[in-house]
Formats: sequence, C-alpha cells, structure tokens
Amino acid sequence: MSRKIGDVILDLQNISLRFGGVKALTDISFNIREHEVRAIIGPNGAGKSSMLNVINGVYHPQDGKIFYRGVERKKMEPHMAASTGIARTFQNIALFKGMSVLDNIMTGRTLKMKSNMLLQALWLGPAQKEEIAHRRKVEEIIDFLEIQHIRKTPVGRLPYGLQKRVDLGRALAMEPQILLLDEPMAGMNVEEKQDMCRFILDVNDQFGTTIVLIEHDMGVVMDISDRVVVLDYGKKIGDGLPDEVRSSPEVIKAYLGAGH
Amino acid sequence: MGFFIETLIGGLMAGMLYSLVALGFVLIFKSSGVFNFAQGAMVLFAALAMARFSEWANAALGGNSLFLANLIAFVGAGAVMWFVAWAVERFVLRKLVNQEGATLLMVTLGITYVLEGIGQTIFGSEIYNIDVGMPKEPVMMFESLFEGGILINKEDFIAALIAALLVGLLTLFFQKTPVGRALRAVADDHQAALSIGIPLNRIWVIVWLVAGVVALVAGIIWGSKLGVQFSLATVALRALPVVILGGLTSVPGAIVGGLIIGVGEKLSEVYIGPMVGGGIEIWFAYVLALVVLLFRPQGLFGEKIINRV
Amino acid sequence: MLYRENGQFKTTYAADQQIFTIAQDKWFVLGVVAFAFLAVPMLADEYMFRAILIPFLILSLAALGVNLLVGYCGQITLGAGAFMAVGAYAAYNFLIRIDGMPLIGALLLGGLTSAGLGILFGIPSLRVRGLYLAVATLAAQFFCDWAFLRIKWFTNDSSSGSVSVSDLSVLGWVVDTPAEKYLFCLGFIVVFAMIAKNLTRATIGRQWMAIRDMDVAAEVIGIRPMYAKLSAFAVSSFFVGVAGALWGFVHLGSWEPAAFSVDRSFQLLFMVIIGGLGSILGSFVGAAFIVILPIFLNQFLPALGGLLGLHISTAAVSHAELIIFGSLIVFFLIVEPHGLARLWAIAKEKLRLWPFPH
Repeated sequence: MSRKIGDVILDLQNISLRFGGVKALTDISFNIREHEVRAIIGPNGAGKSSMLNVINGVYHPQDGKIFYRGVERKKMEPHMAASTGIARTFQNIALFKGMSVLDNIMTGRTLKMKSNMLLQALWLGPAQKEEIAHRRKVEEIIDFLEIQHIRKTPVGRLPYGLQKRVDLGRALAMEPQILLLDEPMAGMNVEEKQDMCRFILDVNDQFGTTIVLIEHDMGVVMDISDRVVVLDYGKKIGDGLPDEVRSSPEVIKAYLGAGH
Repeated sequence: MGFFIETLIGGLMAGMLYSLVALGFVLIFKSSGVFNFAQGAMVLFAALAMARFSEWANAALGGNSLFLANLIAFVGAGAVMWFVAWAVERFVLRKLVNQEGATLLMVTLGITYVLEGIGQTIFGSEIYNIDVGMPKEPVMMFESLFEGGILINKEDFIAALIAALLVGLLTLFFQKTPVGRALRAVADDHQAALSIGIPLNRIWVIVWLVAGVVALVAGIIWGSKLGVQFSLATVALRALPVVILGGLTSVPGAIVGGLIIGVGEKLSEVYIGPMVGGGIEIWFAYVLALVVLLFRPQGLFGEKIINRV
Repeated sequence: MLYRENGQFKTTYAADQQIFTIAQDKWFVLGVVAFAFLAVPMLADEYMFRAILIPFLILSLAALGVNLLVGYCGQITLGAGAFMAVGAYAAYNFLIRIDGMPLIGALLLGGLTSAGLGILFGIPSLRVRGLYLAVATLAAQFFCDWAFLRIKWFTNDSSSGSVSVSDLSVLGWVVDTPAEKYLFCLGFIVVFAMIAKNLTRATIGRQWMAIRDMDVAAEVIGIRPMYAKLSAFAVSSFFVGVAGALWGFVHLGSWEPAAFSVDRSFQLLFMVIIGGLGSILGSFVGAAFIVILPIFLNQFLPALGGLLGLHISTAAVSHAELIIFGSLIVFFLIVEPHGLARLWAIAKEKLRLWPFPH
C-alpha cells in the first residue's frame, strides 16, 4: 500500500453517553490516525453506532472531550460536523427515497454549492455553471462506483446492494476527510462484499480518506483494517492491531461468552 | 375575586367538553395512527341523530315519556355511530393500511365532508334541541366565602360529572379488559399485534365506535346547552390545540390539556381580550399550544420522541 | 410511436439538465402555453373567465406554493389561507399607503410580506414535524383571521371591514376586461411555474427533498435543517402570498377576511394531494379538479334530478356536493395516493414504448 498513516486526526477522550438512565457509552477513549482504516467491532448493542453518532454530532455525549486535528471540538450539530469534513453512511440505508441516484449523490455536494437562491430561481449563469461543475464531479463518483446505468433511477426501486453503494457515493461526494461507515456490508452476499471492500480500500488508497468502519464480518475486518477497537456493553475492551485484538482473551470472552 | 373564580369555573366546564372531543382524537390516534379530523363531524353527526331520534321517538310515544324517548334515541344514535365506525373501517381504513400520516389525515378530511353531507341530508340542517332533562337554572354557591357568591350552571356541573365518569370508564376499559389490552397492543405495533392474532380490522371498528360514543356524549352535552347545528362540526378545530398541548397519545393529556385550554380561553378573553379588541379565544388556544410545542415538542404528556439513526 | 426519446442524445451536462429533456415534452408544454396566451382569450366567454379560468390560474399559483412546502419539503401546512390573506392585505396596504406604487410592485411586496410571516410561523418546524406542525400552522390561520377582522389599520379603517381595489393598470395597460385579467394572471403563473421548476431542480430543491425524505441523513451530509426548512416556508409563502394578492385584486376586487378562511387552507391542501405531491404539474391538475368539480356538480345534479323527475333543492345540492366531494377525496387517496400527476407519468411511461409491450 502506498498510503502513509499520519498523525492522530481525531482523538476521543473519556466519552460517556447516556439516554435517561441507560448508559450507551462509558468512559471510552481511542484515537483515529489520518489515512488509516479504523474498525470498531463488538456484539450487538455494544454502542458502536452510538459511537459514530457521537463522532458526527448526532448525539451529544454528557462527558468527554473530542479533539479534531488537535483542536477541542465544542458541542456540534451534524451539519457542522459535515462541514469539517466528516461524512458517513448508515446501517439501515438512509437514502432520499423520492430522488434519483444522481440527485442523491448531488445532495452530497450541498456544502460546496454557493450560488444564492435568487440565481437558482432564475437558473442564471453562475447557478447553472455551478450545477454543471458539480455534476461533473458527481459523474466521477458514479464512474468510480460503477453505477452509471442507474443514475436516473429513483433509489427506492434499487436492490439493497446497490442502495448501499449509492449511500457510499453520497458520502464520497462530500470529499470527506473522515468517512464513517456503519456496517457497509451488512446483508450482502460474498460478491457484493468483495466489491464493497474494493471500493473502501480504493477510497482509502486513492483519496487518502481516513475510514472508520463498523462491521460484523470478522474476516473483512481483519483483512482491511489497520487498527481495531472493540466495544462491549458500552465499554472499550480492546484496542490495537487486528492480530492483537483477535488474540485478546477479553475480546474472545465477549464474543464467545464467559464459559470459554 | 368571585368573578375570577366564576370565569375560572366557566373555563373548566368548557374545557371538560374540549377534553371529551380531544379524547376522541387521542383514542383513534393511539390505536391506528390516524389523526382524525372527522371527530368534529362525528360529534355533529351523533348529535343530529340523537336530536332527531329523540324528537321522533317522543312523537311516536305521544310525548308521554321523555326519558324513554331519550333512551331510544341514545341507543339509536349509538347504533348509527356503530354503522359509521363499520363503514369507515370497511371502505376506508382497510384500504389504507401503512399509508403515511398525511394521507390518512386527508382521508379523514374527506370523511368529514361525507359525514357533514349525509348527516344533514338525513337529519336536516336546521337547529335542533336535545332535551335530556338537564336543569337549566344557575345556582349560587360559596356565598359565605366570597361577596356575592359564585354563579354556577347546574347543567355545566352535571356535564362535568358525566365527562369525568366517561373518562373513568374509558381508563378502566383500556387497562382492565382484554379488548383494551388488544387496543394498546395495536397502538404499539400493528405488525406485531397482527402476528399474535389480534384482528386488526375488528379492533379498528371498536376504536372508532368508542370514539363515536365519546362524540355522542360530547354532542349531547354540547347540544343540550347550545342546540345542535352545523357549527358543531367546527368543534374539532377548537379541540386540536388541546391534543397538541396534552400530547397526541395521552389520555390524561387530553383531559388536562382540555382544562388548560378551556380556562386559558376564558381568562384571556376576559382579561386580555378587551385590550386588543376581543375575539381572541380561538387563536389564543393555538398560540398557547404553539408555545408549548416550541419548548416541549411532544406535548405535556406525550412520549418523548427520540430519533434513531 | 410519437412519444419516443431514442435518437435524442445529450452530449453535455447542460443539455441533460434542461427542464424538459425530451423534445416532445418541450413542444407540448410550449404548445399549451401558446394556446393559453393566444387562443383561449378568443375562445372563452366571460363566464368561463370569471368562474373557471381566473380562479383556476390563481389557485394553481397558490397550490404551487403549497406544493413546494408540503410536496417538496415535507412540511405539512394547514395555514395556507392565512398567507394568502397576508399577501392580499399587505399588497393592498402597499398600494394605498405609498403614492405611485406600481401594481406589480404591490403584488410582489405582498408576497414578500407573506414570506416574512411564513418564516416566523415556520420556526416551529425546527422543533416539531408532521401532524404537530400541521396544527402549529393552524395557529397562523386563526391569528390572521382575527387580525384582519379586528385590527382596523389593516383594512384602512374601512367601516364594513371589507377592502376593495379598483383601476388595475400596469405601465398604462388597464386590466379590466375578464380576458385581460386572465392574461395578467397567466403571465404571473407562467413566470412562477418556471421559478418553481428551477428551484426544485437546483441545490435548494434537493435540500428540501432531502429534508422531506430523511431529515437526519440530510443533516449528516451537511444540509442545515434551519436553512432548508425556513427557505421552503419563505418561498412557499411568497408564492401563496402573491396568489392571495391576485385573488383579492384581480378575482374578487373587494374582499373580507372570510375569503381566506381555514376552508381555503384545506382546499389548497386538497389540490396538492389530489394533483400530486412533489409535482409541478400536479398543482395545476389539482387546482383544475377542485375548481371545476363544484361547478360541475352544481350544474349536473339538478339536471340529473330533472331527468328522474325529482326537484332537488339548493340545500340538497350543497349537501350532495359535500358527500360527493368527500367521497372523491377518499376515493383518490385510496386508488392513487400519489395524485393525478402520477397517472399522467404512468401514461407517458407506457407511451414511450407503445405499441410494443416492452
């Protein structure tokens, strides 16, 4: 691999998140380095998705600090996180069902489109030019993900695997620094999984995007991730290289039960 | 002070009636996710049926027994509401399972028109009286406490008692009977309820019937006070802020919300109204609900809405 | 065979982003517009203009506004009538209180005032959604009903409570015959329909639809919910406000607050639901349907009664109207919840292939 893993880009310190009396995350600290593929694993209900939601501002942790590129991040709404270059995909696909594939991916460009509403209303020069420039960019992503044939199809009509791909495309359209992937391969067959792995590695390799990944398929996780953090019942029970994590007794216990 | 308390009590009485209509909203919303705009039309429909049946029965009985005539009319009007519930389920709801909230809302607006049209075609469109023998004369109370005492309508008092009784019965019905349990199950999750063998269609008929009976009671109380006329249908619009205030899924919310709105309307009309030219009752209720929404989007008693990703 | 797109290749993204990517569509719509401008004024009589065409055009404009908010941005409103009222009364005040205010200026300022109020009453949408929001918008309705009835300044202290506008003229063109009024409205609606189409295919339109389809995901990809929702409220209220001003100025001439009651709000919502949510065409179809249906029933029912030898009273007709109208709404929602515009889209899809089955 040609890419180089850089410095810490996102540092999470002592994160705790509660919903009423329910503790979703307890005192979790880990960091993410630039250009790496960081996996978060753990049994169902371990708090993995909550972790992603904290990173991109959907949930606000009661305790803990988040440093982004060395600067402490204040309480943040999702769209602010997006404007600092954090994109994500969703576990249960959250595409815009009434819109075409093209329009879905175009929404990813929203932050980069600057023309004002009046120009858009009249479809005047700058608005039109901007639209075309971004369309060109989006078409590159469509080519990259090999979904040219469905660009005008409403996403609601697409099969699951393709929807997942469009979800990735929409996140990529943001040209993110950090890409959060929430179970990108859940429910896919082997072939689709291979495709998705290829796309993820290509994104990481070609664009240098830092990737944070939640995945259940251990084979995939061990193959493509640089470092793995393991959560169980909202606590961190392991963190390190894939091989270290795999042989950690605590992780094995969490996955296989206390009897082993 | 006496005047203030009089206004307050007047507001509580009006609020009780709003609560009754709001209760109809909540029942249907809880169990089928339908925001039933037709609740007002149902009140009108039920009241029209009651008024005319009572009139006809009274004539048929030769005017001898008002009580018997009213009893016949009540049963008859109940049967009519059962038919409405059946027809709504059979011809509308059954075909719209899993549609979006907006569609269902629109459908009930359609039902509103149909009910208003049919009701007036069958029962006529004049102003009718419902006479269930409620005492009309006001009584003075608490003369020892306040100078001049407080004037209260006996009728209002009885109405409030009936409303409270109805709420009690409904609570029992929901908490203690098998049908009530099934209703709560359906409210939580349609699919799950179906899969354990709860007959969804029958449940809906029951809910709409219960809402119809609630509408009938509201219609009788309202009608005996002010007469039955077309404007009764607009009572739905008066009761909407009540459900918003109380929370769409909460029975106690409907009651408390109704009382708050009732009192708020009367007090604002009496104390703020003159400053701005009067007639502020109706928007006051809405603005009150709006302010509550801004700070507590789920209403006072509603379940907190958590967005999951 | 006529409706074919093969052979029409797009070589630039600009060409692919036109309003009508299929040539036949373009020619058809241009034909309709040309017909409306040139042929209709010669063919229609005064009754047609007054009772059908002018109301249809103005209500289409209002429905278009409602559709931008409800259909594209997914925010239900039951207060559209209020924004029509705001547009009408604001335009009226601009016209009479500022000397030399041109007619079009007053109409647009009326729309802008309505847009401002739309933003204000749109604020609850940031906290609540769906049915709760629908009720919140009713607050706007009842507040405006009251304000225009009770606050005398808005009606220029008119003793009857009604206001009137006469002598409409634009740059020397006096708009007074029904045909002229029709053309005046038509000009507005064509321009506004273009604007609506442009907005919905630009980034702002995509932001609205994103909020409608999945608001959390929209926020995560960087769409600011406040901007998207309030801009939808503003644009929608602007459209509705201008329509209200036209309704008062051109259609009614003199009006009272009752012209913009909650019934009007419901009516507008019916139009977009029956016509088709999220469809520009649907706004027109829905408006046509709702405008024509009562007129049709009014003529048809007594005639039918006469045929059967029954005399049908006006009261009976109005009740029957309610029943039929209500049933049709229910019927449409059951049969085609996506509205009449969807039927048209399906027909086009079929035509593309016709006469071949695949």
